[in-house]
Amino acid sequence: MKIQRIKAIILKEFSRMLKDPAMLFMIIIFPIVLTLAFGFSFGQIGSNGESVYEVTVINGDIEGNFPEWSEHFISNLSKNEALEIHVGDDLETAESDLLEGKISAVIYIPIKFGDAIQSYWQYPLDSSQWENVTVDISYDSGSMIASQLLPSLFQQALFDTIYGENTQEISLPIILGSELVKSDQKTTFDYFAPGLFAFASIFLTMTIAQGITDEKEKGVLKRMYLTPIKSEEIMIGLTIANVTTAIIQTAVVFLMAFIMGYRPEGGILFAFLLVTIFSLSCIGFGLITGALSKNAGMAAGISFIFIIPQMFLGTFVSQGPPTIINKLVPSHYVTDALTSLLLRGAPVSSEAVLLDLGILMIYSIVIFIIGVFAFKKISKDL
Amino acid sequence: MTDFAISVKNLVKIFDNEVTAVDNLNLDVKKGEIYGFLGPNGAGKTTSINIFSGLLQPTSGEVIVGGFDVIKNPEKIKEIIGVCPQEPSLFGYLTGRQNIEFFGNLHCIPKEKIRERTEFLLKKLNFNGEGDRRVKNYSGGMVRRINVAVALINDPDIVFLDEPTVGMDPQSRRAVWEFIQDLKKKNKTVILTTHYIEEAEQLCERVGIIDHGKIIELGNPDELKQKYKAKTLEDVFIKITGRKIREEI
Repeated sequence: MKIQRIKAIILKEFSRMLKDPAMLFMIIIFPIVLTLAFGFSFGQIGSNGESVYEVTVINGDIEGNFPEWSEHFISNLSKNEALEIHVGDDLETAESDLLEGKISAVIYIPIKFGDAIQSYWQYPLDSSQWENVTVDISYDSGSMIASQLLPSLFQQALFDTIYGENTQEISLPIILGSELVKSDQKTTFDYFAPGLFAFASIFLTMTIAQGITDEKEKGVLKRMYLTPIKSEEIMIGLTIANVTTAIIQTAVVFLMAFIMGYRPEGGILFAFLLVTIFSLSCIGFGLITGALSKNAGMAAGISFIFIIPQMFLGTFVSQGPPTIINKLVPSHYVTDALTSLLLRGAPVSSEAVLLDLGILMIYSIVIFIIGVFAFKKISKDL
Repeated sequence: MTDFAISVKNLVKIFDNEVTAVDNLNLDVKKGEIYGFLGPNGAGKTTSINIFSGLLQPTSGEVIVGGFDVIKNPEKIKEIIGVCPQEPSLFGYLTGRQNIEFFGNLHCIPKEKIRERTEFLLKKLNFNGEGDRRVKNYSGGMVRRINVAVALINDPDIVFLDEPTVGMDPQSRRAVWEFIQDLKKKNKTVILTTHYIEEAEQLCERVGIIDHGKIIELGNPDELKQKYKAKTLEDVFIKITGRKIREEI
């Protein structure tokens, strides 16, 4: 094993990445553009740190027996900084605005809204005496976030209206902890960021596979084997160059995210370690793809068989509780561990992080070893 | 200690249990000799060179290169040989100089030596400043010259040149011929495969005419021409096989 040969392979790999515009785009420019796009769309920059949803309220009880209750409800809605409440008087116009995406929701307060609350307070323990009404709400079906977030905000405003703002003083055996308030300060970008860091490395699979097939096609891989170089030396050089690339990619994405207002809870150095381990699996997939492919075009196609599941099942694209399918891809474990560290602020020694790390290591090492064997096989068949 | 740089006995190479590329080849190349492999495409020249250079395993037979057995010591052989493949095999995104230096590093040559040797090769092969341009911007002839230079970075004792001057302009070809003759002066052994009859006649001390994986005739170009009462080696080939070499290219 000669350092001079390994160094030559590393420098050759960096030259390949830096001098090929397509490669440079895929490795550096693409993650930067992606981070910026997500930052502007879901982060603090461009939205003053918070998303505001415009809601039109049509008050049908303004001339009812107890109009103060509906006004009180509108007032409580207006107090929420996430909502910009417009009181309208034409339901048709409001629904038209909703269809055009100008507003996020329409609330229709029905006649006898005040009577309903009044009847409740008159007979709080006898529901047969209550005046029952329904507040109709229409959401912007084009916004997944609006339709998920707004019902709880409206529910809270209604709760405050019926019981008063000091409902927290009501003595209950169960209370909601204050941690929820903390998570409200996060932007959507904060939830996406851990997956975004993992995402950056995934495309190494394609760049490595294309590099190998290109060298096979041009005969340079064969020519390298006409010198005393060993395939282990090529492997080590290639791995060091690409792991370094993954670290640089992650640093660039971190930097861009930081500029976009992202502030992780901690564990940044450990996050780099996780991405480094994860990149081994991407390199392994790249070696397997390179071994299976006859040309660079075929390599690009086959690499997507590995890239798409990693992307959709394990990074920011996949939100919500993981399913068994999610757990089949290594990117799930790096994203989950990064979420625990960077978003939840979990310590490195936490069971969840260590479990993710363990499974990620097993996955990465196994895939990398399969990749090394595949590469050795093509070396024999040159 | 043998006087032969390459000694081949009963070499056979069969691909996929079907195609016999090399059929019981016997060959001895003396140290310091320029030996020509002459034959049509598919005759077994490149397969033989791949076996001699340790890249391919023979099906049977014995091949000794520079005193080392190709099966037992392929790594040792790779230290003392230089191979110029038929198709230029270079990194297009690197400059000519960087390509030569890269392969110098794979041979673990000291840095200073690599610089000196690269400079020498670039000058010798008529590169005047173009060595620092990327290979992908080179003309076909320049690519071929760098292809030759890469094979010689380690100052090998035995050089395999597989069609080194195909597609070169006459000036470049002449520069490569002079260079090959210089190698002879330095007592280097050169195995040259070529389709160019003139090239074989001018450079080679002995020519092995190969067809269907077998050496069908061997000798000095002039002796062979005399023996077959032929004007050129092409005529020799026609008289032996009834076919032209170039037709089958």
